[in-house]
Amino acid sequence: MSVLVVAEHDNSDIAPATLNTVTAAAEIGGDITVLVAGSGSAAAADAAAKIAGVSKVLHADSAEYANGLAENVAPLVVALAAGYSHVLAPATSFGKNVLPRAAALLDVQQISEISGVVDADTFVRPIYAGNAMATVKSSDAVKVITVRTTAFDAAASEGGSAAVEAADAKGDAGLSSYVGAELSSSERPELTSAKIVISGGRGMQNGENFAMLEEVADKLGAAVGASRAAVDAGFVPNDYQVGQTGKVVAPDLYIAVGISGAIQHLAGMKDSKVIVAINKDEEAPIFQVADYGLVADLFEAVPALSKELDG
Amino acid sequence: MKVLVPVKRVIDYNVKVRVKADQTGVELANVKMSMNPFDEISVEEAIRLKEAGTATEVIAVSLGAQQCQETIRTALAMGADRGIHVLHDGDLEPLAVAKMLKAVVDKEQPELVILGKQAIDDDANQTGQMLAALLGWGQATFASKIEMGAGEAKVTREIDGGLETISLKLPAIVTTDLRLNEPRYASLPNIMKAKKKPIDQFSPADLGVDPAPRLETLKVEEPAKREAGVTVADVAELVSKLRTEAKVI
Repeated sequence: MSVLVVAEHDNSDIAPATLNTVTAAAEIGGDITVLVAGSGSAAAADAAAKIAGVSKVLHADSAEYANGLAENVAPLVVALAAGYSHVLAPATSFGKNVLPRAAALLDVQQISEISGVVDADTFVRPIYAGNAMATVKSSDAVKVITVRTTAFDAAASEGGSAAVEAADAKGDAGLSSYVGAELSSSERPELTSAKIVISGGRGMQNGENFAMLEEVADKLGAAVGASRAAVDAGFVPNDYQVGQTGKVVAPDLYIAVGISGAIQHLAGMKDSKVIVAINKDEEAPIFQVADYGLVADLFEAVPALSKELDG
Repeated sequence: MKVLVPVKRVIDYNVKVRVKADQTGVELANVKMSMNPFDEISVEEAIRLKEAGTATEVIAVSLGAQQCQETIRTALAMGADRGIHVLHDGDLEPLAVAKMLKAVVDKEQPELVILGKQAIDDDANQTGQMLAALLGWGQATFASKIEMGAGEAKVTREIDGGLETISLKLPAIVTTDLRLNEPRYASLPNIMKAKKKPIDQFSPADLGVDPAPRLETLKVEEPAKREAGVTVADVAELVSKLRTEAKVI
């Protein structure tokens, strides 16, 4: 067996999600090759070569891979896939965009967002917002798989010494072009890999009130998230959303503030180790998954929490 | 410009899904079914393009059992012009759906296909990308804004780090995210009118596609249950428990 991992990176660093995907590849078994497709991406390829357990890095460096456009990256993955039994990518907005396109070109039924490896052909994945877990077996010659990153530990980013080999670029498909991006910048940890997450919901009432959560987050070294309701209402940007169709998080501690707990939100956080819910409505479904529930007005409880953390 | 909108019939998003005792799947009998919420957003966007004079015709297509016609009628009541139903009893996977949609696209020649980014039943998030691959078209997944230009579409996408804008040559595929629009409710007169709108029916064989699944579902189980928690009296007790009992801060 041999596994090709399509790396997510920003041309200089490897995204943490790639490290979780390498661990999923190791559970499948066999040699692990990491594909770094980028532009001016030598640093990212070198970083990939240092990941523990990786035996080879394929590095395709060309202008058409600068922004990870699916129309350009997918044909490259297809050209390389023939030598591998499995092709994996993280189930991030990058992997979800690129990998199904490659799977269709390979005439393979992709297995999305696996949370477990049973054997080389058989995988566990959540369906219905995680309200059911399906075990599925693939009969395709190559298995094309995206990986739920919270279900697998991160591989060590140091310790490996894989050889970096150049891969031929496939050219620009000429179907799409990158215009620009508005990325949220934050000094806080990244939401999907943070050890502690504090999220706000509709109960926060407006975006300004999220400053209360940020204050607590900074004392705990936490990331700040939100429910769909808070994002739809415009309190915070889309990249804060935790849930079935947003980000899936599984930190050591998840603090849900003013979040009622719709099943779509629970889908994104119920695998957290410890869940705290703060809500004034004692009937809120969030309390059914909480380890510690505090029935209180968040506008009193959150400032009190901030003060208590100083003590 | 024709716009094609695939719509999927799924368990209503408000229903608490139950796993069958024999672990073969989830309970579908006597369960409320609705249009996949992301597909409602697709239908709404297509209708807005028609109202803006950009689109000339909106075609809703659904694949699956006879009851999928109800889902198509919902799209017609919202404002789609006509429907296409590919009748198939049994499971359909995204690759087979994409192949059948490709056959429909070859027939209808739309310039834009708008799909939901994922269906809330299998949570696969594949069909739009696969259809784009099979057609050799550009794709803009997870769209929060679509601006149609001459021969191109500029699409803002919701990505993990924030927002990204890309430009696509037409024809193209767009998949919808939550913030693209707020779908309308169908009015009663429009629901009545929708009953008269035409729906063509095909079989997978008519479209030259073998719909057999590639994946075998060995079992479907309940997820691990969380143990019941405790209610704390105040913030002081909460912080104390997090420090000494849970040891997470």
